[in-house]
Amino acid sequence: MMTEISLNVLDVVQNSICAKADMIGVSVAVDSIRDTLEIIISDNGCGMTEEQVKKVVDPFYTTRTTRAVGLGIPFFKYAAESTGGSFTICSEPGKGTVVTAVFVLSHLDRMPLGDMTGTMHMLITGNNAIDFLYSYAVDGKSFTLDTREFREILGDVPFDMFEVSCYIKEYLQENKDYVDEGRYI
Amino acid sequence: MKTLEELKAIRERMQGQIGVRSESATQTRVVVGMATCGIASGARPVLTAFSDMVQTKNLANISVEQTGCIGLCQYEPIVEIMEPGKDKVTYVKMTPEKALEVFEQHLIRGQVVGKYTISSEMPK
Repeated sequence: MMTEISLNVLDVVQNSICAKADMIGVSVAVDSIRDTLEIIISDNGCGMTEEQVKKVVDPFYTTRTTRAVGLGIPFFKYAAESTGGSFTICSEPGKGTVVTAVFVLSHLDRMPLGDMTGTMHMLITGNNAIDFLYSYAVDGKSFTLDTREFREILGDVPFDMFEVSCYIKEYLQENKDYVDEGRYI
Repeated sequence: MKTLEELKAIRERMQGQIGVRSESATQTRVVVGMATCGIASGARPVLTAFSDMVQTKNLANISVEQTGCIGLCQYEPIVEIMEPGKDKVTYVKMTPEKALEVFEQHLIRGQVVGKYTISSEMPK
């Protein structure tokens, strides 16, 4: 098992990267009244057939050849469902995939959200050819980071250049602190 | 709060520096396994440690990359260092502290840190 939800996000986004997506959406939404923490990961990658979607929740299914088990999706699904939440995958070959995990926010078994700033910073700076649309919302307050907007300004300056990388990390952290007011989620 | 104006200013400063990155033939690659097994074992802070050190020291000849699972899940987090003209070195069961040591000893001074390589884990 992962120790925090942000690691599940980091892991499941690797599937989108492997699926050759060039646009990946990550949305984190906390709603204290509905008592939910909802994570949506969407991509425009190669997608899966209905048959494959059924198989990916099986820990003994993987497209890898290096090992026989595939635990990324099962971990995420189990983590959400063990809180009384839900987990769904919608996918269409050639169009992309949407993975939605809803956690019951106040459930004792819900893992902490963890370092989403670290996860998004790593994904953005480590995959310069891919665009990310990240949104983070807590009880009505929210912020969005769209790397297409950054790319338009930066031109051919890559995201992993030191100053740009620092800017992105601080941008994520400052906006996160504004949105959740430093609350431990 | 960070503004887009600041990003524009960074672009102005950086513009002249692009293109000084080394060609891939002279590039040293630090590759960190970031599949489920790696992430669950703590690969994220290891990758962050390497990226931060390389970026802070502005080492244009070293690239820090992510890869999937290479089938040695029990040894994760795994870091492979590939230097041009040399054999690949595989470090296993890495931590951010070990990453710092490998960065200073191997990447800066050119000395492989034998106690963390995969051969140190193999039965004698």
